[in-house]
Amino acid sequence: MDTQILTYIFVGVSFALYIGIAIWSRASSTNEFYIAGKGVHPIANGMATAADWMSAASFISMAGLIAFLGKDGSVYLMGWTGGYVLLALLLAPYLRKFGQYTVPDFIGTRYYSNAARLVAVVCLIFVSFTYVAGQMRGVGIVFSRFLEVDINLGVIIGMCIVFFYAVLGGMKGITYTQVAQYCVLIFAYLVPAIFISILMTGNPIPQLGFGDTLLNSDIYLLDKLDKVTTELGFNAYTENTKSNIDIFCITAALMFGTAGLPHVIVRFFTVPKVSDARKSAGYALIFIAILYSTAPAVSAFARMNFIDSVQEVQYKEAPNWFKNWENIGLIAWTDKNDDEIIQYSSGNALEGVKPIFNNGRGASGQRLLNNKPDSTNSNEIYIDKDIMVLANPEIAQLPGWVIALVAAGALAAALSTAAGLLLVISTSVSHDLLKKTFMPQITEKQELFYARCSAAAAILIAGLFGIYPPGFVAQVVAFAFGLAAATIFPALLMGIFYKRLNKEGAIAGMLSGLIITSAYIINFKFINAHLNSADNWFLGISPEGFGFIGMIVNFVIALIVSNFFSKPPNNIYSMVDKIRQP
Amino acid sequence: MKNNYWRSNLKILSILLSIWFIVSFGFGIILSDFLDQFQIGGFKLGFWFAQQGSIYFFVLLTFIYIFLMNKLDQKYKDNNEEDH
Repeated sequence: MDTQILTYIFVGVSFALYIGIAIWSRASSTNEFYIAGKGVHPIANGMATAADWMSAASFISMAGLIAFLGKDGSVYLMGWTGGYVLLALLLAPYLRKFGQYTVPDFIGTRYYSNAARLVAVVCLIFVSFTYVAGQMRGVGIVFSRFLEVDINLGVIIGMCIVFFYAVLGGMKGITYTQVAQYCVLIFAYLVPAIFISILMTGNPIPQLGFGDTLLNSDIYLLDKLDKVTTELGFNAYTENTKSNIDIFCITAALMFGTAGLPHVIVRFFTVPKVSDARKSAGYALIFIAILYSTAPAVSAFARMNFIDSVQEVQYKEAPNWFKNWENIGLIAWTDKNDDEIIQYSSGNALEGVKPIFNNGRGASGQRLLNNKPDSTNSNEIYIDKDIMVLANPEIAQLPGWVIALVAAGALAAALSTAAGLLLVISTSVSHDLLKKTFMPQITEKQELFYARCSAAAAILIAGLFGIYPPGFVAQVVAFAFGLAAATIFPALLMGIFYKRLNKEGAIAGMLSGLIITSAYIINFKFINAHLNSADNWFLGISPEGFGFIGMIVNFVIALIVSNFFSKPPNNIYSMVDKIRQP
Repeated sequence: MKNNYWRSNLKILSILLSIWFIVSFGFGIILSDFLDQFQIGGFKLGFWFAQQGSIYFFVLLTFIYIFLMNKLDQKYKDNNEEDH
């Protein structure tokens, strides 16, 4: 059967499954309402948390980024899993014990101040918006490839679907839908990885396969990859190119940001017992680790296969996937030496990096570009890193149903996270910002109305970011983490572990973290983008890693300011004492 | 009694988080280039810690935490019952 039709069937069936489960569990939830204490099993909650957590960035982009970054890409692997340890050990059990509903609720109560709540809401909206923007780009790429439309139209279709899914359907909160989404996405991730691992190394476990020897040879895959990449003028795949301090800071920013991500924290507010909060976090980490330990294997396979299948190939003979992605505009080829053969090596193929297509076709049938070729190197290929996971099964020539499965999995990943984030954005605007701060007199109905408006606005803005992305999906998302690390994480951590911190300290800390981090990022990404290189960075720390510095600034300012003002009232001391008891 | 519980909790946290730091920031980043001279199978050791090993340790640490905290909760609960 045609891959296109299979994709429609797989995506259609998986959507029917989510909706079916939503209807079924809604019917039984009235029942549950009367039988108190029959909560969700920690394993199910763990899967749902994992689905919430693993976004389009994890599913679509991460392996692609690592494929081109090599060892530098480890920051995403360690950062996004290591932060989970912090969440499980330092925050989840205590926030569950505290027993309120939102992160600003905790901050507002612990720091006995509406101003603190307001600052927390602002930080949280900032973080969630940036994060949603990354998701929309991912959804757009999936739709554009499988409906064979332009990337921007793909983002718009994605916006419509997320809108119906999240704003009108309200499917989020139904744990079992997310359990189903987890199963679909992990299956879709593992199947092609296992297939490719067997094809390349004969080892069915991808985690071991990429450290194994190539089939019918005694050369290790990674050694071969190191050799091939250096020959093409890249850095060796298994060696770092970034400085250690930059890698350290990026990893730290991602870790502490993970622990401060509101839509993940919220899940632990709702489990029945503190011990269950711990257990859920543990299971969630296992389910996340399955994908994250497979990802670097996928990256190594993809890089190897990509080079093998395009390097020194006649454009006319180039595989179909190459031309499909070129039609969408995420691959471009410029024949620098007019030999009609594709040459791939390091360096930018085009001046201005991103391709601008016109409607013409060249001598070999390739799409013509308005950009001039970059004459400083001989690389002829532009490739968008975000397509690697989606293209990987095609590059390895797997059967059509595997390709369709990957599309369904990618959508599951993007939708579950986008829906979770939109819920956080809309409740924080309607509940924390309007109801509890500015307009306490509004009715429940009005509150719901504002919630929907803010979700719609969030999708629109996110869509714009998806069309005009400031970076690749995973990099956009990395900014969200930097901001979360610099603002929310320190306020939560000190709220639990340092009783003496008063409202003045907490507010000053959050504000300084927010301002310094966003100023640094905006400066290097938007205002002075041409200065964005290691020579100009503060201590050689890139904007992606600056959230860690923002976090340290937050801690220091909070502690200093706190000492100049009076202690928190006694009831706060006893509240913190209570959170700390089992 | 209450303070003992919190103190044991902090002790567990600091031990586990030290290991967390060593396997990721230590072996995966700072000492990574040094460890790369050793090889297990096709993996250089530093590379393996950065892309695989640290993740496995994270899972392990979280489950050790769950186990230790459940034991601590149990002990605290038992002691409390003796008091009454």
